[in-house]
Amino acid sequence: MNLVSDLLNVTSSPHVRDKMDTQKIMALVVISLLPASIFGICNFGLHALVLILVTIASCVASEWIYEKIVHKKSTINDLSAVVTGLLLALNLPPTLPWWQAVLGGVFAIVIVKMLFGGLGQNFMNPALGARCFLLISFTGSMTSFTYDGVTGATPLAALKAGESVDTMSMLLGTTAGTIGETSVIALLIGAIILILFGVIDLRIPGSYIITFAIFVLIFGGHGFDMNYLVAQLCGGGLMLGAFFMATDYVTSPITPNGKILYGIVLGILTGIFRIYGASAEGVSYAIIFSNLLVPLIERITIPRAFGVVKEKGGNK
Amino acid sequence: MGLKTFKGGVHPKDGKDLSKSKPIKELLPEGDLVFPLSQHIGAPATPIVAVGDAVLKGQKIAEAGGFVSSPIYSSVSGTVKAIEPRRVTVGDMVNSIIIESDGEFNEVTYEETEDVTKLSNEEIIGKIKEAGVVGMGGAGFPTHVKLSPKEPDKIEYIIANCAECEPYLTSDYRRMIEEPEKLVEGMKIILQLFPHAKGIFGVEDNKPDCIEKLQALVAGEARMEVCPLQTKYPQGGERQLIFATTGRSINSKMLPADAGCIVDNVETMVAIYNAVRFGRPLTNRIFTVTGDAVCEPRNFYISIGTSYSQLLEAAGGLVAPAKKMIAGGPMMGFALFGVDVPTTKTTSALLCMTEDEASKYETTACINCGRCVEACPEALVPSRLADYSEHKQMDKFEEWYGLECVECGSCSYVCPARRPLAQSVKTMKKFVLAEKRKKN
Repeated sequence: MNLVSDLLNVTSSPHVRDKMDTQKIMALVVISLLPASIFGICNFGLHALVLILVTIASCVASEWIYEKIVHKKSTINDLSAVVTGLLLALNLPPTLPWWQAVLGGVFAIVIVKMLFGGLGQNFMNPALGARCFLLISFTGSMTSFTYDGVTGATPLAALKAGESVDTMSMLLGTTAGTIGETSVIALLIGAIILILFGVIDLRIPGSYIITFAIFVLIFGGHGFDMNYLVAQLCGGGLMLGAFFMATDYVTSPITPNGKILYGIVLGILTGIFRIYGASAEGVSYAIIFSNLLVPLIERITIPRAFGVVKEKGGNK
Repeated sequence: MGLKTFKGGVHPKDGKDLSKSKPIKELLPEGDLVFPLSQHIGAPATPIVAVGDAVLKGQKIAEAGGFVSSPIYSSVSGTVKAIEPRRVTVGDMVNSIIIESDGEFNEVTYEETEDVTKLSNEEIIGKIKEAGVVGMGGAGFPTHVKLSPKEPDKIEYIIANCAECEPYLTSDYRRMIEEPEKLVEGMKIILQLFPHAKGIFGVEDNKPDCIEKLQALVAGEARMEVCPLQTKYPQGGERQLIFATTGRSINSKMLPADAGCIVDNVETMVAIYNAVRFGRPLTNRIFTVTGDAVCEPRNFYISIGTSYSQLLEAAGGLVAPAKKMIAGGPMMGFALFGVDVPTTKTTSALLCMTEDEASKYETTACINCGRCVEACPEALVPSRLADYSEHKQMDKFEEWYGLECVECGSCSYVCPARRPLAQSVKTMKKFVLAEKRKKN
């Protein structure tokens, strides 16, 4: 029969695929981080741009070199290393020496991601793992924040010290802080992009932010002081963390109810760390801590299949 | 507000424009016709003709092999040439009766029933059974068994599956546009069997013309209604359709009848009408030949047993080399080795594509994105089930409800890492069920 090619591919159904792939998802995450990145560069100057570029370069190069050494196929085209590099850079103070940023990139990719098996296998968010590594190793440069040539406290630190803060400038982002965390508006624009394109949903960020807000209202010691609450929500890395890092697919639960529970745990931990901890910040530690709880959260939130009625003594 | 539907699902490119405007055209078969003895769920049929026998169109050539089985009729007049194993669409070799058509189409005379309402339930079910009617949407479950539930009084809904959610397929669409009254008559007969039941036609809203036609036809019928459904795959999946139209849910261990429902697809209801009203056995059906590799995508009224190759020729053959040929739709159809296979009661389409998306992309690492979870109409976690499948972890597979999978393929469709999720889960499901049988 000449009508039909002899080389028909015989595979199991389905025979069609959606257009969305890993690379496109990562590209969308990068695009959604651009408003915050551009704002950071405008706000803090050229050194912020240098830090963003060297951190991304460091992450991509680390992945490429590591895979060369262990004779694995290069995976840098999936753009996940770019996302890690950009997220790490946005979590760095704008005045950090560039070589520390490079070191952070290497740590994120080699130690946190590749040694555990690469994309999809790491149990901890690589960017945040590296941030905490840098915080412990280079505490001085990682906690010194300069704004408009003046070294001072971040709004959150000022808040903790009992000073008053200007919530409007926190919304806009014209305050001291890490490169990407200051502008709530720029971050929310990015978050809307992610939600509209279906990259993330509101389960994690929603339950995280609501739980944190409730925690602050009850335990913050300021009662229903709206100014304090808004400052807590806009300050530090909460928005960046809630929308861009807690939602990291690999290190968050896959079960729908697990996502909500994970957000609640994050909200409580962030509240504890910020209110009772020594540092004003708490988002990074809350997220990497909760990353460790993900397998447990998934175990207790296995979704019940459609049409299956709960029975006493198991699901059989 | 909003249209009725289920949770989950996907929106693949529907491709129906290729063939939806093409009227049904009768295609007379030539040469040999192949009738596999297993074209239904249950025991294979037993041949009652011998090599060399002359047969007429509509003559029974194989008797049902048990209660859950179905007889088979010749769709042409001619001579029995052989009874031997032949390759069928799913790839197996199945014992088949081969009949050489004499091109005359001499038919047996059928026993008509002027007034169907005078028939008893036993007579109706007997006629359906005798006519060899099975579920023509793909499963091939003998219809007389489906219509004989343990407690007929508890059946509250008869659902006509008019969703046709598989991309590219347009055979049900054409049937509803051209002969909706036959579908409605078929529904009437089933409702006669179940006095407490209401008839629902579940139609996806991408077929507004069908919805309109059916609504006009059921306007005076107190026991029937048309239920427009959101266009989403797998809206026509049995469990999804039942949920969308009635709000009831069933799992893998239940039958639709356990939720007071019976579901039959468009072609099946028409076959019921033909069987009960005209005494005609199931020998013909509507069939779509489509895809971007096909010269003239078409809908044909075919004689069951016609070869796929003749259908492809009748559609003008291929305009471009086909990389993939599928019996059925792109989501749940079977990839073919070649077109030298017969049509059966359950085959509804031949789809020829110039692109093989399933093999085009490379599988990469799972990023745990959860798209498969959102897409799964059964609320499962396909990526986890695929892991348990790879590691043969039976207990975990069952704990995460792997056996509830309906094999719709939505998870594989959406996976951005291009993992063969549905394929893994299907394989493991078979393995677990086989192990369970061994134990018992």
